[in-house]
Amino acid sequence: MPSMINLTFNGTPVTCVEGMTILAAARMADVKIPTLCYLAGVNEIGMCRMCVVEVEGRQELVAACNTPAEDGMVIQTMSERVVAARKIALELLLAKHGLDSTDYCFSCAKNGACELQALCREYEVTQTAFAQKAPRKPVQDSNPFLRFDPNLCIKCQRCVSTCNKQARNHTLHTGKKGVITTIMAPFGPDWKATDCESCGNCAQACPTGALVEKRRKAYREWEVTHTVTTCPHCAVGCQLDMVVKDGRIVDVEAANGPSNRGMLCVKGRSGSFDFVSSPERLTTPLVRNQETGELEPADWDVALDLVARRFGQIKEQQGGDALAAFACSRSTNEDVYMLQKMARTAFGTNNVDNCARV
Amino acid sequence: MAKLTVLPTTDANTKNAAFMERYARRVGATPPGMCPVAVQLSLLQSAQMQTCGKCVPCRDGLPQLAKMLEQVLYCAADESALESIRVMATMVRDTSDCAIGWEAANAVLEGLDTFADEYKAHVTTHFCQESVGQSVPCETLCPAHVDVPGYIALAGEGDFAGAIRLIRKDNPFPTACALVCEHPCEERCRRALIDAPVNIRGIKKYAVDSLAADKVSVPSRLPDTGRRIAVIGGGPSGMTCAYFLALMGHAVTVFEGRKKLGGMMRYGIPAYRFPRERLDEDIRAILSVGNIDVRYETQVDAALMGEIAAEYDAVYVAIGAQGGKSLRLEGVDAEGVSSAVDLLSRIGDGDWTPDFTGKNVVVIGGGNVAMDCCRTSVRAGAESVTCVYRRRVEDMTALRMEIESAMQEGVEMLTLQSPVSIEVDESGHCAAVITQPQMISAVKRGRPAPKDADKPQQRIPADVVLLAVGQAIESAPFEEFGMKADRTYFCADEHLQAEGFQNVFVGGDCFTGPATVIRAIGAGKVAARNIDEYLGYHHTLDCGAKAPAAKPNDRTPYGRVEILERPANERKHDFAGVETSMSTEEAVQECGRCLRCDHYGCGITEGGRIQYA
Repeated sequence: MPSMINLTFNGTPVTCVEGMTILAAARMADVKIPTLCYLAGVNEIGMCRMCVVEVEGRQELVAACNTPAEDGMVIQTMSERVVAARKIALELLLAKHGLDSTDYCFSCAKNGACELQALCREYEVTQTAFAQKAPRKPVQDSNPFLRFDPNLCIKCQRCVSTCNKQARNHTLHTGKKGVITTIMAPFGPDWKATDCESCGNCAQACPTGALVEKRRKAYREWEVTHTVTTCPHCAVGCQLDMVVKDGRIVDVEAANGPSNRGMLCVKGRSGSFDFVSSPERLTTPLVRNQETGELEPADWDVALDLVARRFGQIKEQQGGDALAAFACSRSTNEDVYMLQKMARTAFGTNNVDNCARV
Repeated sequence: MAKLTVLPTTDANTKNAAFMERYARRVGATPPGMCPVAVQLSLLQSAQMQTCGKCVPCRDGLPQLAKMLEQVLYCAADESALESIRVMATMVRDTSDCAIGWEAANAVLEGLDTFADEYKAHVTTHFCQESVGQSVPCETLCPAHVDVPGYIALAGEGDFAGAIRLIRKDNPFPTACALVCEHPCEERCRRALIDAPVNIRGIKKYAVDSLAADKVSVPSRLPDTGRRIAVIGGGPSGMTCAYFLALMGHAVTVFEGRKKLGGMMRYGIPAYRFPRERLDEDIRAILSVGNIDVRYETQVDAALMGEIAAEYDAVYVAIGAQGGKSLRLEGVDAEGVSSAVDLLSRIGDGDWTPDFTGKNVVVIGGGNVAMDCCRTSVRAGAESVTCVYRRRVEDMTALRMEIESAMQEGVEMLTLQSPVSIEVDESGHCAAVITQPQMISAVKRGRPAPKDADKPQQRIPADVVLLAVGQAIESAPFEEFGMKADRTYFCADEHLQAEGFQNVFVGGDCFTGPATVIRAIGAGKVAARNIDEYLGYHHTLDCGAKAPAAKPNDRTPYGRVEILERPANERKHDFAGVETSMSTEEAVQECGRCLRCDHYGCGITEGGRIQYA
């Protein structure tokens, strides 16, 4: 039985399990502490200092995201000192955020979904006293799906931690330019020579517009709705959050499903929906005209009757094993199950397979 | 990927070490007179370079802080900049994840307060304070401002008389300082940039070992002024003052309480460190100026002081700190317990040495006087000598060399032990020192403080206990006469004029508290000059020597030639001087390391020297 500890947030008593961080305890108690670099279980490096809080008896402000809550802690999350520190931290970040590289926020792919933008609005940081002219760094955008603009990067390392600890592709790293830490993104001209699988989990982790899926430019956050579904590819059953604009799917985000835990592979993220609105997509059954040899649209009754009749004939003449059921990997597990069930019970054969080999 | 390596994570770590040492040497050689804001900025810039690049306050805040500080440094900012710096530094200090950022900002915040006047000058007058400006390091840091590069050059050329005369321009005790000076001149020696500070004291010792100071004539006295000046105390400060006043043509009377002159150099420093005959060389030379009348064994009480102050045109009070401090310990009055000062002063006259044969001696304290007691006790035949100290060896205020030498001679350093009481036997004689073990704890006022450890008390057998826990200024008679003192420290202005008096000056240990010979000498020189000015004169003195022209620097790195001591096994049986001399070859090499900062760099400019003899 884990032991419980008592602490207070802004004077309100809270009880939590020993071993929790201050941030976790606060979230549990619905006390808001802002974060920027924090990704639970993935990036808990305490880089941005947005989550600093005042703990009675401690001289310094402590990072809530990686400081364990202790019994008896008296915590202030919005004191004057805390807010002042957060504002300066935001100003320092803005100074190197290269706002001009995207013609300022309104042209940025992440406008409206940028966590830095949101925090600046919340803390009323509209400009920075520390801005400096710096030469524009080249954008890396040779990868067909992903784009990295180092000018916008705040070096929170969420992408690096995600690639290494979560996706475990180990292709994103930090590098040094003297004393400056930079992100080494493998999206440059030699992107094909890297081990990057373009899974895009890094882009999803990025709090700003620095590392984005290129397709993000096609929509704005406030123009879309989200619909959760299951990935139509392999049998893992990843949960997708389809991003829909004007009735068309424009993007996919990973939903936090039991099997994918907020991650997706390149197929799930970039190959699972474009076909939905493809002009080449079949929208009615096609039946071959015996005379012309051409496939012609038919209604479902005609098509299904034809298929049922021919399967029946083949089974009768050649036996069930003359038939096989081959399912598409884009079908759901349930559909594929039904197909093999039909093969075994209706066809009387065990010839079943699926192209899912990812 | 899966294979491990035994190589360092980066080769640069190993190679960096040599450069870090170089960096440390450069920091060590920070020139005196540098603008404090510049020192602050270089510290901050070093910190800025150490960021790992992770956190916002350190990686982004420190460079911004440095930019702001740079504007202030170059006097291009206004007063609001200081508040901006404080706000930013507070944020960095409060939110930094690790000590790299935290300490950097902490230093900036402390610097804002410590150097508030300098910061203010930068943003209001847009200039440094007047005191800022570089000058020759050795000469600046020597309290007597001796022309060090000059006499090193003379010694290197074999002109010992010239070297001694040049030293005497500012300091009439070349032998004393050759043997016992704590050499603050070496602290920021520019040579440290290349290898290590020049062994300045060693070179001076070479000069006076090669030619005794009393064989070098002093300058002739200026014509008599008819003015009479009294000096109370014939120690380094009083005799320095007497020397310069006599050279200026004034008639000097020295009132000395003891049988001989020299003060703590005779009655505090043991003969093995400063052989009496060597001290006499300096004193003979000083007295050879003439017109210095010494009244030996004359204790100055309040009444006599009143007479002196009335009778003489000016008085210099330089009575030192001749009393021994005691500890409030049970048994401290037992027979066998005495203060270090009492023991060393009894030995001073040279006609008595203690006999500690077969005895266990415990010395309490960790300063140079404690080491003097320890090493004296060894020479007095003690069975064992134990130095009991509350802190650790590295916290001892004694010179490293003194501690090492004492240890070589068999002194046991029993550190982290605080005396609790002195055990007394039936006859009233001390038998042991009882101590409470200590543990080193938090730093208080810049020093790690000890506190009681959870360990049992110890009993250290002791037939003799020597308390070397500080010296006291015997100011009472002078306070009775009317001089002001703050907890026995005489009150005077920076020109050494005693508070409330026109013609009474004070200096040396009785003004600063127990300090060093060279500080006392420096004060004596200042007093002589200011008394001369007070009397309406402005005498200038010709020392009879001049620094030779500077040769090109030899910047090849060399090791520093150290002065050696006679073997411990030999020296611990006698009171003869422990240090040996540098050979000519060694001395010439050492002199050749001097970079002649009087010629190269700021020393050649107006204001680059501190010379006023």
